[in-house]
Amino acid sequence: MTLDTVGHAEQTPDVELPWKALGLKEDEYQRVREILGRRPTGAELAMYSVMWSEHCSYKSSKVHLKQFGAKAPQTDALLVGIGENAGVVDVGEGYAVTFKVESHNHPSYVEPYQGAATGVGGIVRDIIAMGARPVAVVDPLRMGAADHPDTKRVLPGVVAGIGGYGNCLGLPNIGGELVFDACYQGNPLVNAGAIGVMRHEDIHLAKASGAGNKVILYGARTGGDGIGGASILASETFDATKPSKRPAVQVGDPFQEKLLIECTLEAFAEKLVVGIQDLGAAGLSCATSELASNGSGGMRVELDDVPLRDSTLSPEEILMSESQERMCAVVEPAKVERFLAICEKWDVIATVVGEVTDGNRLEIFWHGEKIVDVDPRTVAHEGPTYDRPYARPSWQDALQADDANRLPRPDTGDELRAQALRVLSSPNVASKAWVTDQYDRFVQGNTVLAQPEDAGMIRVNEETGLGVAIATDGNGRYTKLDPYTGAQLALAEAYRNVAATGAKPLAISDCLNFGSPEDPDVMWQFVEAVRGLADGCLQLGTPVTGGNVSLYNQTGEAAIHPTPVVAVLGVIDDVARRTPMAFGDEGHLLYLLGETREEFGGSVWSQVVHDHLGGLPPAVDLERERLLGEILISASRDGMVDAAHDLSDGGLLAAVTESCLRGGHGARLVVPDGLSAFTFLLSESAGRALVAVPRSEELRFTDMCGARGLPAVRVGVVDGDALEVQGEFSIPLTELGEAHESAIPGLLA
Amino acid sequence: MTARIGVVTFPGTLDDRDTQRAVRVAGAEAVPLWHRDKDLKQVDAVVLPGGFSYGDYLRAGAISRFSPVMGSIIEQARAGMPVLGICNGFQVLTEAHLLPGAMLRNTDLHFVCRDQKLRVETSGTAWTADYAAGQEISIPLKNIDGRYTADEHVLDELEAEGRVVFRYAVEGEAADGYGNPNGSLRDIAGITNAAGNVVGLMPHPEHAVESLIGTGRTDGLGFFTSVLKKLVDA
Repeated sequence: MTLDTVGHAEQTPDVELPWKALGLKEDEYQRVREILGRRPTGAELAMYSVMWSEHCSYKSSKVHLKQFGAKAPQTDALLVGIGENAGVVDVGEGYAVTFKVESHNHPSYVEPYQGAATGVGGIVRDIIAMGARPVAVVDPLRMGAADHPDTKRVLPGVVAGIGGYGNCLGLPNIGGELVFDACYQGNPLVNAGAIGVMRHEDIHLAKASGAGNKVILYGARTGGDGIGGASILASETFDATKPSKRPAVQVGDPFQEKLLIECTLEAFAEKLVVGIQDLGAAGLSCATSELASNGSGGMRVELDDVPLRDSTLSPEEILMSESQERMCAVVEPAKVERFLAICEKWDVIATVVGEVTDGNRLEIFWHGEKIVDVDPRTVAHEGPTYDRPYARPSWQDALQADDANRLPRPDTGDELRAQALRVLSSPNVASKAWVTDQYDRFVQGNTVLAQPEDAGMIRVNEETGLGVAIATDGNGRYTKLDPYTGAQLALAEAYRNVAATGAKPLAISDCLNFGSPEDPDVMWQFVEAVRGLADGCLQLGTPVTGGNVSLYNQTGEAAIHPTPVVAVLGVIDDVARRTPMAFGDEGHLLYLLGETREEFGGSVWSQVVHDHLGGLPPAVDLERERLLGEILISASRDGMVDAAHDLSDGGLLAAVTESCLRGGHGARLVVPDGLSAFTFLLSESAGRALVAVPRSEELRFTDMCGARGLPAVRVGVVDGDALEVQGEFSIPLTELGEAHESAIPGLLA
Repeated sequence: MTARIGVVTFPGTLDDRDTQRAVRVAGAEAVPLWHRDKDLKQVDAVVLPGGFSYGDYLRAGAISRFSPVMGSIIEQARAGMPVLGICNGFQVLTEAHLLPGAMLRNTDLHFVCRDQKLRVETSGTAWTADYAAGQEISIPLKNIDGRYTADEHVLDELEAEGRVVFRYAVEGEAADGYGNPNGSLRDIAGITNAAGNVVGLMPHPEHAVESLIGTGRTDGLGFFTSVLKKLVDA
């Protein structure tokens, strides 16, 4: 077997390489040849193919994602924006918070436990690479139909994987979502979010600068997992005799990651690190090319020095391996010894594998021969971009014309009661405790609020009570009906959830889950959703700090519902002022904030009772959302409300039920004038929240709402041990609890 | 003058910083101890916090038990120093044979995280003097290997000598935190040694010391105030 060196590639221009099998298009391969002025070596081809993949290069989405920067609202809060491992936001008192949501969808379908586990691992490494201590994780999940047999395979595996990894890392899991829909049957969505906290001066970036500085690879040894395409390269071109079937899904080792967190933070604290990058997708190819291209110099790497788990790996495989729990740091020569000592203290393997050079080339050597000689920018940042064709789907008008407001409604109080119980026990509204009780929400001792609260909340400063809140939301049904509005509704709901706890929304991260960008229908959904989100963020003053795009979530012709998941981060001056969702005391008055309209398109009721998806999603009014948010935050700060809960899926019925059950108190509701009981309970109009106001605060609260122009209607009182809707029906708390809590365990039993 | 309470960090320990905070909230001085270090830094008591030391890869607590710091702790514990093992720390104590029995995987095979009701069975240990026997407390539980098991004669001996310190309170609604969450024999949640200075339990008192955080209860604070009083009075 001949080593395919740069010299060899120059002398053998006609050697055929398996560029197609590695996923490159013909014109992309020609572009690589043009850039290099020769054919690539096998190792170079490995790097370009993986870095120019959709997953790493965002080639189909980039032209649209630019709007997040172009339309970014003016804000002083953003310290680091899109393009780094994760965005960073100023939360005051010298603290900065970094947060991000990513997808690990495809691996989690193939191997639910490891796919989900390594999703947590990857997002957490992004957070530590910014210089922050991870303080919490959240997991938005979308699964196939709740009663489908394969859901019983995927969901328990995913939940065990998230728990197995996150619990072992010592990160409280404080939020997330679980939504079931048949459209996700072959394409479950496993998104993972993480938050980290640091001091402003501790922010670190992924760049390699300073000629002579050492490149240190530390963490797990490199093995053959997650290689995918490189195996084709290695086996078909260079050595046909070698076994190359390796697992495409990586295997996680949370214990190793925990050590990586501690030793990285210790190295940061001693200011030993010039630049840092985690190894995720595309492994060393990504880390070396990104570090080198973001810095001022070039980089020289000795691949022989990479510690291996499998000594038979080829250089191409080493470059593409996605073995987990690895990081790459750039360290000044004088500090290398100390850096290695800290790694040794934590039993973490650390090896100098290269150094920063004067030039602008990334050169990689194997057995003393040069096998890669590229301009790192061409690998990391100058990949192809596509402005793919898109068009409003031919079926969109018919879908919107199929108005859910015309579906038959319950005629009597008894019928309404029966449908209410069906909604409350439906998988998307029912309690998710079966899932969340498998996650540690207490570790680190700073958890103020965790699921099922509207947002998770973590204390940042023990002395002052400064804290941050996070909520993730996204409704694929709404987005299918109208992608622009659906994306804004996701933003609005996450924003409202954060405000409901008393925190002020500051910034967002997003995970955009869609079908194939090569389908003009799907591409239109993507373009509309991005436009909606960018416009919405501008209006609400919450910049996009970063995120992730996951495309090709489709089986054959059938794409998933377009599912943009939005994470909103908020800050609260004193966590002692937070507003929980539980009704705390009898006698408190219930106020419905916002306007309730006849809005059933995409609603839970239309799905559960009529198996229907059609019409328009609820209208979105972001100015109203902002006003509602301001009222909720003021009410929290000034102690005017005892409980607050946002209204979304399942409308007022779901919200009042959850607040009753969480507090162990019933409620008596009166249907306001001008509304039917049905619309009052089950409409999903946006821009609304339910609050419990102590009688002593009623005047002050209603005065505030009146002065600011926010509709606030008294709809009942916290009382008794049943949910009673006057003149319609009454459901005892025990029956309510049974319906709400036994549904998901029942499905998975 | 206050007491110095050591908190050990093994590789994979997770609740060390929370435990240090709980020690401080109780009014004592928290002293970090490192697993490779034999030196106990003249602490008056030691807490082995929860987590997944060495990833629980061989068996929970099995590797940590052989760390240099444990050599010193075993020696001091036998000489009467108060030692508390929480969750993974309890597992380390059983592996070190300072406490009898072992923890198996939960009967339903899931990790379980909940606010758990416990009955305090005895106030006669270094860590429970501030509670009353029979008192019911509620503190977080979170584990996957929490099912306490031991031979029948060991269990009988523990009962006869009053060394069962906590039991899962089973008479109430599961939704309210009642019930045996993991299949532990005789609903045992925590035990002590014959001298009453070494206590191990699966639930997490360090997560229940501030009214705002976690479950919003402070039922776990008594562990730390109990030992502090004992040490300061001594």
